[in-house]
Amino acid sequence: MTFRLDQLPKKRYVIPGNAACAGCGMMIGLKILGMALGDESVLVIPASCASVVQGLAPKTGLAFPILNVPFASSAAVATGIAEAYKALGVRGHVVVWAGDGGTADIGFATLSGAAERNSNVIYVMYDNEAYMNTGIQRSSSTPRSAWTTTTPSGKRERRKDVALLMAMHGVPYVATASIAYPHDFYRKLKRAAEVEGFRFIHLQTPCPPGWRFDPAKTVEVARLAVETGAWILWEYDKGVLKVNPPSDRFADKSKRRPLVEYVKLQGRFAHLSESDIKALEEEIEERWRLILALSSALNQR
Amino acid sequence: MTALLKTALTGNHAVAYAVKMAKPHVIAAYPITPQTTIVEKLAEFVERGELKARFINVESEYGAMSVVYGAAMAGARVFTATSSHGLLYMYEMTWWAALSRAPIVMAVATRTIGPIWNIHVEHNDILTLRDSGWLIAMAETAQEAFDLTIQAFKIAESAVLPVSVGIDGFVLSHSTEPVEVPPQEVVDSFLPPRRADVPLLLRPGEPITFGNLPSDNRIHARYKIEAVYRAQQEAKDVVVQADREYGKLTGRSYGGLVEWYRAEDAEDVVVCAGAWCSDAKRAVDALRSRDIPVGLLRLRFIRPFPTEEVKRLSQYRRAVVFDRDITPLGGVLGVELKAAVPDAEVVNIVAGIAGVDFDAEAFYRVISNAVEGRYRGVEFVV
Repeated sequence: MTFRLDQLPKKRYVIPGNAACAGCGMMIGLKILGMALGDESVLVIPASCASVVQGLAPKTGLAFPILNVPFASSAAVATGIAEAYKALGVRGHVVVWAGDGGTADIGFATLSGAAERNSNVIYVMYDNEAYMNTGIQRSSSTPRSAWTTTTPSGKRERRKDVALLMAMHGVPYVATASIAYPHDFYRKLKRAAEVEGFRFIHLQTPCPPGWRFDPAKTVEVARLAVETGAWILWEYDKGVLKVNPPSDRFADKSKRRPLVEYVKLQGRFAHLSESDIKALEEEIEERWRLILALSSALNQR
Repeated sequence: MTALLKTALTGNHAVAYAVKMAKPHVIAAYPITPQTTIVEKLAEFVERGELKARFINVESEYGAMSVVYGAAMAGARVFTATSSHGLLYMYEMTWWAALSRAPIVMAVATRTIGPIWNIHVEHNDILTLRDSGWLIAMAETAQEAFDLTIQAFKIAESAVLPVSVGIDGFVLSHSTEPVEVPPQEVVDSFLPPRRADVPLLLRPGEPITFGNLPSDNRIHARYKIEAVYRAQQEAKDVVVQADREYGKLTGRSYGGLVEWYRAEDAEDVVVCAGAWCSDAKRAVDALRSRDIPVGLLRLRFIRPFPTEEVKRLSQYRRAVVFDRDITPLGGVLGVELKAAVPDAEVVNIVAGIAGVDFDAEAFYRVISNAVEGRYRGVEFVV
């Protein structure tokens, strides 16, 4: 699929005057979602930054139909809407827009249930890598060593890889994406929209106050995550797993930018020693090995 | 009215047949004793093509309530069923559903809450819904379980509130009784198709948002008062009207929110809810045959609370309130009736909890003691 960004729909789904923080990566993601699925979608949003930055009821800063729901329920509520639409003959996409806490932690049971049922839902996990709405507490998607208010000396555990876990549920479509690569995210949303069943997109969305960087640098930080190999863009489409551009060339470790460039921009990693960074690098390399092994094992159709 | 089908059904199967005839779009279920045979029967109906509904097996009761919530908000007619810990596990979503005005119908095969594990009857589970905005109905017989379930869809969709139908675990859920099943066209004429636009129309391309933060807490406060208090008051007329209309079509009407039994010339009145009211009625009959003037007030609905109806209790010498549930203050109904009718003399009997057998003879004994003035305040009978 080829397209030009300036030819994407002009209708704005994220309206100026909403309550998001300056430089919010999640809002960039929502803009792209609007371009890709816009009028075809109904959003289910659990407790998260996304549930509060909409603007204040009875008004809204997002031009989607939105049902805001309790933290753990979104995948099941979306199942209900999708099943109702099937029964009532309504066409459209039911999209969950949920944060990492609502997805990887408290919402994981309903998420896994919906995936196992293969419910006709597009689930986007926008990952700002902590509970940002309640003020930067660690989630199971927080990377190792990152400072949060509940891991004051840095998180000791590795990150739970929800996208891989979703692929292992055997759902038809799983992808990772980054707000720094809108073409890639847009294409993945469009592809997800073509597929029936449970679809999962794991979108990395840097958070200036939570990661402690200059709000002007959101896209730069997100791009560095990919260029240093810390965030890998891949896609699992009906049993085939592929690493996507630009991540594919970073399979070669020598092509990656040094991890320190990504880390040094963020206050949440300010306490890291050289050996901490090295340990992080090793963990990233381990993830690459796993993704590449899966990709070569799952490349036949 | 065309041909009636008179058949024998358990309370659970009576609910399942009623749900089938109400033609829901979406059913979600998770297994829990003693509810399970309701959704097993429904799964069978769907599998055999006798019911065109989406039957969704979920990973938990929390998932079940979330699925029917989403479906109801999207305009579908929905049903789920649960018991005991299952209801507690879905508790968060029950509040969200009620305050969203989602017209969900849920059967609750009432069961004890642990520890220790106990699958037998009690009313504590369904009564946890009492502050959430849900309507709470309690069936006395398998016939009423059927009739209440049909009525529940009409009430839920007219009052725009979720309705729970309580059927006593095992006592009613698994006992077989004769049940009259009306013809489908009678149910169809009673139950119009679900309106998809109430409480809101959730459709692609039609931006509307529900549930984000309020710009002014007074907006939220007003909306909550309307959802919790006013909607319950308005639901009273809906319940009475549905019962009357159903009576015209089927010949069975139960009195709306409450049923009075031999209370006209009574001195003392027994108050209870659920299947054991039949045993209580037999005890009342036996006492009457010995010229002891007792009557009975059966609460068909605990929410909306029949405030106006129970005021009549102050005309009697004493109200003997039976609770199959326990709180740190006594029984739920005892506490609520004392608050609703402060000038009535209320004796609160907590009995039959944890499935302890409490039959007509036990009612006879305890009511006799109560009318002789042997009880004050709260009395526990195990």
